[in-house]
Amino acid sequence: MKKTGAEIVFESLKLEGVDTVFGLPGGAVLTLYHAMGRYSEEIRHILVRHEQGAVHAADGYARSSGKVGVCIVTSGPGGTNTVTGLATAYMDSVPLVVFTGQVPTMLIGNDAFQEADITGITRPCTKHNYLVKDVQDLPMIIKQAFHLARTGRPGPVLIDLPKDVIAANTDFSYPSKLKMRSYNPTYHGHPGQIKRAAKLITGAKKPLIYAGGGVILSNASKELTTLAQKLSIPVTTTLMGLGCFPGTHPLFLGMLGMHGSFQANMAVTHCDVLIAIGARFDDRVTGKIESFSPHSKKIHIDIDPTSISKNVPVDIPIVGDARIILKTLMKCLEEEAGHDWDRKHADWNNQITGWKNNTAPQDASCGPCIKPQYVIEKIDEITRGDAIITTEVGQNQMWTAQAFKFTRPRTLLTSGGLGTMGYGFPAAIGAQVAFPDKTVIDIAGDGSIQMNIQELATAVQYNLPVKVAILNNHCLGMVRQWQQLFYEQKYIQSVFDVVPDFVKLAEAYGALGLRATKPEEVEPVIRQALATPKPVFMDFLIDQNECVYPMVPAGAALTEMLLV
Amino acid sequence: MRHVISILVENEPGVLSRVSALFSGRGFNIESLNVAETLDPTISRMTLITTGNEQIIEQIIKQLNKLVNVIKVMDLTGSDFVDREMILVRVRAEATSRAEVLRILEIFRGRVVDVSPKSYTLEITGDEKKIQAVVELLTPFGILEIVRTGKVAIIRAKKDSSHAGKLQEPKSES
Repeated sequence: MKKTGAEIVFESLKLEGVDTVFGLPGGAVLTLYHAMGRYSEEIRHILVRHEQGAVHAADGYARSSGKVGVCIVTSGPGGTNTVTGLATAYMDSVPLVVFTGQVPTMLIGNDAFQEADITGITRPCTKHNYLVKDVQDLPMIIKQAFHLARTGRPGPVLIDLPKDVIAANTDFSYPSKLKMRSYNPTYHGHPGQIKRAAKLITGAKKPLIYAGGGVILSNASKELTTLAQKLSIPVTTTLMGLGCFPGTHPLFLGMLGMHGSFQANMAVTHCDVLIAIGARFDDRVTGKIESFSPHSKKIHIDIDPTSISKNVPVDIPIVGDARIILKTLMKCLEEEAGHDWDRKHADWNNQITGWKNNTAPQDASCGPCIKPQYVIEKIDEITRGDAIITTEVGQNQMWTAQAFKFTRPRTLLTSGGLGTMGYGFPAAIGAQVAFPDKTVIDIAGDGSIQMNIQELATAVQYNLPVKVAILNNHCLGMVRQWQQLFYEQKYIQSVFDVVPDFVKLAEAYGALGLRATKPEEVEPVIRQALATPKPVFMDFLIDQNECVYPMVPAGAALTEMLLV
Repeated sequence: MRHVISILVENEPGVLSRVSALFSGRGFNIESLNVAETLDPTISRMTLITTGNEQIIEQIIKQLNKLVNVIKVMDLTGSDFVDREMILVRVRAEATSRAEVLRILEIFRGRVVDVSPKSYTLEITGDEKKIQAVVELLTPFGILEIVRTGKVAIIRAKKDSSHAGKLQEPKSES
């Protein structure tokens, strides 16, 4: 049957199981939007207010649901506005397919109106991208794009659609099979390597699991938890790994790294076997590389071979899918019958308990000022942890990682790799679209929220009851913290002389605005917000001097923690 | 250490840019790069010379393999291979030196491809040492311009008869 390129896009989306797209129209994609009208029953379009919001929303949709997030934007500035969102998704391995409009093929390269070489611009921040030159190639390209986005190490894929290509006609048939001779991700780990790993773990006296976002991406939380529990191995996670192991479990040590817990950083330094799963030894995790886990043999399970031995040399690399490998590994370990793991690791777990008890718990009690940790703990308590939490980037992100006890995967959505301020609010909108009945809360700072605040109109338009908790300290808190600790307390350009009245601002958009200036107002504000079936901004005025601790200064060893 | 890396890629627009952007984006170095179609017109071969320690070369090979358009990556260094480079060199050749330039050229089995009253343009092919030697010998006459192809390389065929005549296929589905 003859179809136009525009119709092929939507027919293909339907066949890929897509029912929601995020976007903003413009000249080059008007043909696409015109065709969209005929598919409105099957594919819901969420109209954002800025293309960056579209990509982050699709990203939040994808991270929370595990599905591929889809965006449609126009050429030129529409495309360039997606770049930050693409880079965010690329660093955190989020499956996205982004369609950009392009000027007609005849005009490409002529500096036409709203022309940008978007495939050139996004080459380093997408898993792959395509410029479609012939409408006949379109179905295969879309098929490949979805395949690339969701398989192997997931990531964003961009498809650039010239105006004449989406207007052209061709016979449409969607390919049922896909063959890509140059792309074959490995899923099953090498059996010999897995056996070696099992042997190493069996011989370990002080084993430690260091789990990252890859565990969540491969849906391996159950397998990880089984392994840790059966063998009584303590677990620390990266920021991206929070939620892959229950945060309330006695074997859980909290996050490691720059703002990691004392016990996690001590454990990683003193362990004798480190089992890294779906984590990539990021500089925020390792600190000074020469002092990172100096006494351990390292096992590294990761689907991306480039992550292995990139920063830290590894003794037993295993390339493949975390879930499949953990299952095989568990089988190998079960064959090693006759171990009383609890007793074997008792000394080690006692040593860790000693570290846990040795640290003063983060003081969330409030003086005259509201403590940010108190706000986050109250949110955790009142929602009973049953919420999807997104964060912005900076202090708000680290306080959330430390204070909220994430117990389930895909409940923390945060820009870990790129560290994108302005991510959390549109991501929360995307997560709320995926889960209309769940509580979705963006924990933000007054700096970050202003970076994509226009999306409040989107939330109001679609009646998405996203809650935003603004930890308002009238400054770029993390920048100020670094200036306080490392730049002679000279607060250059980090303190805002003007901050909008977020209550009035929320009202101007048709949302609800609430404010807490005293500790006793925190709980009533949260309760009222959660009881309100529409978007709510909660403005919590917190102490500007409050810092995130513990902190390992950049480039220092993990044991060199500033504790207060 | 210098490595000769041979890469089979899809013969599509943008592939060269993906490979070169990978090197610049990750701070790797390209000394020379040569690209041309293979017998299969859908596949191109790149021959790339780079330097780095073992860890860097390992990353380069892994990162190249990660590119969706890359079909196969081989590090030829360490295996038995033949490499060649061709240069076109315009050298000053006036009455007194014309004969001498030709004599040197003959020793290196080169050819004259263009002649003018004051210069010869020469074509010379060889491995790195030979090219270096000929350039050194021609320098005193005055090199006016030099154009180099960059290296191409191929693994030596196995010398036992069982492999003789077998065509080397690009990586198939696995």
